[in-house]
Amino acid sequence: MDGSISVSGDARQLITDLIIDYAHAIDDDRLESWADFFTDDCSYRIINRENHDKGRVVGIMDCSSKGMLQDRILALREANVFEPHTYRHIVSGTRIVGQDGDVFSVETSFLVVRIMQEGDMAIFCTGKYIDEVAVTGGTARFRSRLVVCDSNRIDTLIVIPI
Amino acid sequence: MATDIKNLVTWPDDGVSRIPIQIYTDPDIYTEEQQRIFRGPIWSFVGMADEIAKPGDYQTTYIGDTPVIVLRDLEGDVQVIVNRCAHRGNLVCIAKEGHTEELTCVYHNWRYDLQGNLKSVAFGKGVGKQGGMPDDFKREDNGMQRLKCEVYAGLVFATFSEEVAPLTEWLGAEMVENIDRVVGRGMVLLGTYSQYMPNNWKLYMENVRDSYHASILHMFQATFRINRLSMKGGIKLSDGGWHHISYSIAETDKEESEYDSKKLRAVKDGYTLADPSLVKGWREFDCGTTLAIQSTYPNFVVQQISNSLALRLCLPKGPEECELLWWVFGTPEDTEEQREIRIKQSNMIGPGGVISMEDGVVGGWIQRGTKRDQDKSTIVQMGGRDIAPSAEGRATEVSIRGFWQGYRDCMGV
Ligand code: FES
Ligand SMILES: [Fe+2]
Repeated sequence: MDGSISVSGDARQLITDLIIDYAHAIDDDRLESWADFFTDDCSYRIINRENHDKGRVVGIMDCSSKGMLQDRILALREANVFEPHTYRHIVSGTRIVGQDGDVFSVETSFLVVRIMQEGDMAIFCTGKYIDEVAVTGGTARFRSRLVVCDSNRIDTLIVIPI
Repeated sequence: MATDIKNLVTWPDDGVSRIPIQIYTDPDIYTEEQQRIFRGPIWSFVGMADEIAKPGDYQTTYIGDTPVIVLRDLEGDVQVIVNRCAHRGNLVCIAKEGHTEELTCVYHNWRYDLQGNLKSVAFGKGVGKQGGMPDDFKREDNGMQRLKCEVYAGLVFATFSEEVAPLTEWLGAEMVENIDRVVGRGMVLLGTYSQYMPNNWKLYMENVRDSYHASILHMFQATFRINRLSMKGGIKLSDGGWHHISYSIAETDKEESEYDSKKLRAVKDGYTLADPSLVKGWREFDCGTTLAIQSTYPNFVVQQISNSLALRLCLPKGPEECELLWWVFGTPEDTEEQREIRIKQSNMIGPGGVISMEDGVVGGWIQRGTKRDQDKSTIVQMGGRDIAPSAEGRATEVSIRGFWQGYRDCMGV
């Protein structure tokens, strides 16, 4: 059956804290700490649901190392040109659906509202995080974070990670 | 059709080197474009033949803003049919893609074969001898509208025009050669997505042809001191300027092998990439071409940026919005490693592309910047006022002028 598994309260707390802290870090513009939410060997990919369902691999962002995560943020700060904006992440419904040793399979729904500098505010993206979270020595980190967007459409551009 | 276009817009005197701002917002111009361009003497890209591999497979898309069905009929031929029921105009195919043996309109159950011929009309003979269609109603005169279509190198094109030249003739040899090069080996689709932009479709197509901005607006490579090889490059334009290719070629074979170590050299004060594998590629083409952006008139793009291959189609969505559809692909011969490189390089392109994300945003800024200055014009005079091919790629706007030549030819302005 597809559903939640039973997990010790400690691990569950570490995992949900990680997911909440990650969202706050992005919304608070603490993007330099983004890579710290991941293990040294990690991956991060944003892909739309259609591609994901069809088993296609190319999405909107694809970082296959921690260095690439750092490069994304450095590019955002120093190179890329865009209209200033922030996000507000609403995450909910975290469920732990699998465990392999210290690594947990976790799914969480998200909604991201984008707030432009002039005040325009709109739903930018909704979808589901499909995560592999490593829990070791009292800390939880993403080993992989797959961001599956419900819609195929991205409005204008995406530079801040989801 | 009787609209006199000259009453709608006055073109500035400077040929194709000054563009009236009004044409990026005016709803009447937008309507004329649908007729004179998208239903005019052009071939529109509508999809990949591989995506409708089996008889009965279909996809729905648009030519301009007209909904169309692209399908493979039971004989195995590709057909492009306007997605409008002959009865009351309902959309016949609702799903984005699917499989069907016939086209059935859900509203009153008129049924068409996969070539659009009307096969049956529900209650056509009436019910209990009451009602029904008039005796002189002929099914053969009331099918769905089928368009002329051609498949070239797995790309499906269609046209409303009776007059337009056959596809490859319309494209010209140089344009066909590049299509052969980039997609001729076959395409394996790696992903698709859409980028929705708050600007007129023509602003995006100008950006595609704007080789002037590349090293100025997009700062990723400069910021990270990613050295480019000594390149030669330039602009190819088809006769009349309608289609374009802007390209770069690595000077020699030798340089390519030194590519990786050299180009990643970080200079003092510069930033360095923590993971430079992002910009690692392989020499994919014997000709040494490292970049080729091709547009066929009016709204289709074939892209090779290093090993990142993609098709793009810019669909108009009203005067001030457009939607860019992307198909990112590899080839059937790709090794696992090459596929990984293509996936990695996809970080450079699209709405989240570190090199190209800015292309999504400038159109909207122009749309806002020009809102209240409909009587003014923009300047497209870098590199002259003509539409001659150019050996210089950066200090010229010749490809944009080519776009406007096609525009003036089609629109009669
Ligand atoms: S509108 Fe299609 S059958 Fe009536
Ligand atoms: Fe660009």
